[in-house]
Amino acid sequence: MKATDISQADYFHKVVDCQWACPAHTPVPEYIRLISAGDYVGAYMINWKSNVFPGILGRTCDRPCEPACRRGRVEEQPVAICRLKRVAADYKGDISAFLPKPPTTRNGKRIACVGAGPASLTVARDLAPLGYDIVIFDADHRAGGMMRSQIPKFRLPDAVIDEEVGYVLDGGAAFIAGRRIDSLKALLGEGYDAIFIGSGAPRGRDLQLPGRKEAAANIHIGIDWLASVSFGHVSAIGRRVIVLGGGNTAMDCCRSSVRLGGVDVKVIVRSGFAEMKASSWEKEDAIHEGIPILNYHVPKAFIHENGKLTGMTFEKVAATQDDSGRRILSPTGEPDVHIACDDVLIAVGQENSFPWIEADSGVAFDRAGLPKLDALTFQSSLPSVFFGGDSAFGPKNIITAVAHGHEAAISIDAFCQGTSPSVRLPPMTNLVSQKMGIHEWSYDNDIALDRRFKVPHNGSPLALKNIHAEVELGFDPVLAVSEAQRCLNCDVQTVFSEPACIECDACVDICPLDCISFVPNAPEDELRLTLSAPATNLSQAIYVSEPVKTGRIMAKDEDLCLHCGLCAERCPTGAWDMQKFTLEMAQAGQACRSRA
Amino acid sequence: MSYLAKPKFQHPALEANALGFTHRDYEGAISTLCAGCGHDSISAAIIRACYELSLPPHRIAKLSGIGCSSKTPTYMLGQSHGFNSVHGRMPSVLTGANLANRELIYLGVSGDGDTASIGLGQFAHAMRRGVDMVYIVENNGVYGLTKGQFSATSDKGSKSKKGVDNPDSPIDLVALALQLGATFVARGFSGDKAQLVPLIKAAFEHRGAAFIDVISPCVAFNNHEGSTKSFDYVREHNIALNSLDFITGRAPIEVDYAEGESEVVAMHDGSAIRFHKLASDHDWRDKSAALAVLEKHGIEGEIVTGLIYLNDEAVDLHERLKTTSRPLNVLAESELCPGSKALEAINASLR
Repeated sequence: MKATDISQADYFHKVVDCQWACPAHTPVPEYIRLISAGDYVGAYMINWKSNVFPGILGRTCDRPCEPACRRGRVEEQPVAICRLKRVAADYKGDISAFLPKPPTTRNGKRIACVGAGPASLTVARDLAPLGYDIVIFDADHRAGGMMRSQIPKFRLPDAVIDEEVGYVLDGGAAFIAGRRIDSLKALLGEGYDAIFIGSGAPRGRDLQLPGRKEAAANIHIGIDWLASVSFGHVSAIGRRVIVLGGGNTAMDCCRSSVRLGGVDVKVIVRSGFAEMKASSWEKEDAIHEGIPILNYHVPKAFIHENGKLTGMTFEKVAATQDDSGRRILSPTGEPDVHIACDDVLIAVGQENSFPWIEADSGVAFDRAGLPKLDALTFQSSLPSVFFGGDSAFGPKNIITAVAHGHEAAISIDAFCQGTSPSVRLPPMTNLVSQKMGIHEWSYDNDIALDRRFKVPHNGSPLALKNIHAEVELGFDPVLAVSEAQRCLNCDVQTVFSEPACIECDACVDICPLDCISFVPNAPEDELRLTLSAPATNLSQAIYVSEPVKTGRIMAKDEDLCLHCGLCAERCPTGAWDMQKFTLEMAQAGQACRSRA
Repeated sequence: MSYLAKPKFQHPALEANALGFTHRDYEGAISTLCAGCGHDSISAAIIRACYELSLPPHRIAKLSGIGCSSKTPTYMLGQSHGFNSVHGRMPSVLTGANLANRELIYLGVSGDGDTASIGLGQFAHAMRRGVDMVYIVENNGVYGLTKGQFSATSDKGSKSKKGVDNPDSPIDLVALALQLGATFVARGFSGDKAQLVPLIKAAFEHRGAAFIDVISPCVAFNNHEGSTKSFDYVREHNIALNSLDFITGRAPIEVDYAEGESEVVAMHDGSAIRFHKLASDHDWRDKSAALAVLEKHGIEGEIVTGLIYLNDEAVDLHERLKTTSRPLNVLAESELCPGSKALEAINASLR
């Protein structure tokens, strides 16, 4: 193998699994350390800079970081990264002094944002302080987009949305409430320098089955129904409710139903329980509230009596493999199942919908109905129009929308300043030794053996009846410190320097996870098997040095390293050092224009 | 040294031995020796050897004297019996323990000061009596605990850290062990575990006095230019006579070697050692040849390592003394005090 080039930012970035997995690349270990230290403001501001909505995401994020977390490979459960983010938001107090003030001078460029969801708000936050005039349009009367309309209040209270959306709007962006944009051409005619479209994926998929039309009064599209609940237009549902679909929207629908009068609420999915798209913790929460999930039931028909819905029929299926080995669902041959109900909520997916963008507007679409975009810049075929969030590449999640927003803001800034949006600045990185003394490091390198701590819930039966009562109470500061101590500080990197090594084996002997080996060099697939412990996780790199004195190489499997620093403590010559790797993504306006 | 205990988390793919233990289960407390100490590598090699042999930790007794080396039993085999004796007195304490309970596996750990100076007489008698033990000397040629004076194994002309030449002749513990009647004599290097671990395993399987001199650089006081026990010097002057594969019945090692280059020797418990000749055509059965090899390379300033001498038909102290076949602590009163008839019979036989 060739020696690892640690000067490449990606190398150490990948070692920080959580940060690498996060679409916005939030520096997770850094803010977790600040939470341990009780610096909630610092922890919040790191988050705010990177992901704009720490309080919202700390309750609702899809958490791509947690399945990636190294702790989950060393023991059973990853660090509760998401809920620690909420801790920073819950205990930070007043942060207004740290937020950017609206600019005193404007640069004369006007930007329109369509939709007031996470993507548009991120664009506004990044660009408004630079002097842009930002106008955000939304059909709703309050900003927040799907964060406000589709996520039930018992998971995300309005006050949290108001606060964090408020920080963005206080930065100088204008919000035009209650104005639906019906025509892109008309908007183009208003003379904006650039337009950002963050209008989401607003159309819930329907199920055209027998009886759909006749029983329509009691059949609801999940996201529309959730929005009606959110805005107070709907405050009750029948006693018996069927929720169709296995995603997070279905989980929100069933849990909302329980709180609005549903007594016999069931989630029914076509495929298996394990194949459901909902996050495991959202499934757990639904089951915890007594909601059964029936799998392998394919909906066949809505049954009604003179237009009054009475139930649904389902075909029972089993998972089998077709000739080419693909997993398919085939009927078991059992008689169809009839399940009685008063209401049905359909939560089987969302689609993009742009009825307001005229075919001759200059914005081209692909066959799937999605805008044709430059994947790097989010620029559409009409150079002044940019997309982000669910409206760019289909429905994803809030954190992805935020990441899109940052990138689109960089593009819009470049476009408005007459430079090429495809020229991107690399992230800012730094690598600094953490050595303080002979065995002292500026981070806590003792490894806590605790298992993941559970977030306290509001367990009162009354909470289940109140759609506004937040279920999760969040970690208290004591629990938060305990959970934060589980973080392995993966951003504090093991850095090896060949010339200093005397091959005493001290690092090899002390490494608790048998990560380090001194072996003859070989091609990677062979090398992985000759190490102290086989390196079978191919997604994790092997850190390879130049040859040391005996001609062997140092090879370290990054996979399970605890970043405990014992290799560096045991090294007599300082060949190993623990160095903190910092990576901050470039954001709009970081370039020094006066020098360009 | 470190202040933190080694974290309990271990690699999920670690293989368990026949007893269901991983090598982590053979560890001891965290070492308080200097960072990079060769002794810690030897501890790791002992841990590895015990793990690979599936030795039951509670059947091992580890004994030592005084010194950096003699602290190391604390840093390995945390589930085993341990005894820190008086300086240089490990061999006699171990001999006593062995006579009382012959069923334990005895590991004596000592240093060059503990063995070649204050304990030289003790060392001599344990070797000549054939006490069934593994005797490991962690040999760094320097008094590390008292800041770097020459020890009795320092080579003549070797430089101290301050640049002073050693004027005295060294004691070669390997040659001494050979002359004293040790039946397994080897030398290893803390910086080469591939060689050291099989040597320790073979020594554990040998019945009789098994002596291993392990060159163990002192990173604090004897790893400089001019020292003959530094990492660099030992690597440059290492003459490995042979390398060993240790073969247990449970997991035979199949390696192809050219005809005539390797030889398999059965050990008393059914396991075997496979020798691969490396540096010379040294005959490990020939004691006088072994002494000659040491002498020849010693003059060149070279360090002979590997298995230097083995008497695979050795008998140990218990066989020589025809002691009872069971540990003393399991003998019941009826056996210890067989009664007046037995006494009369003995008396009659003496009349």
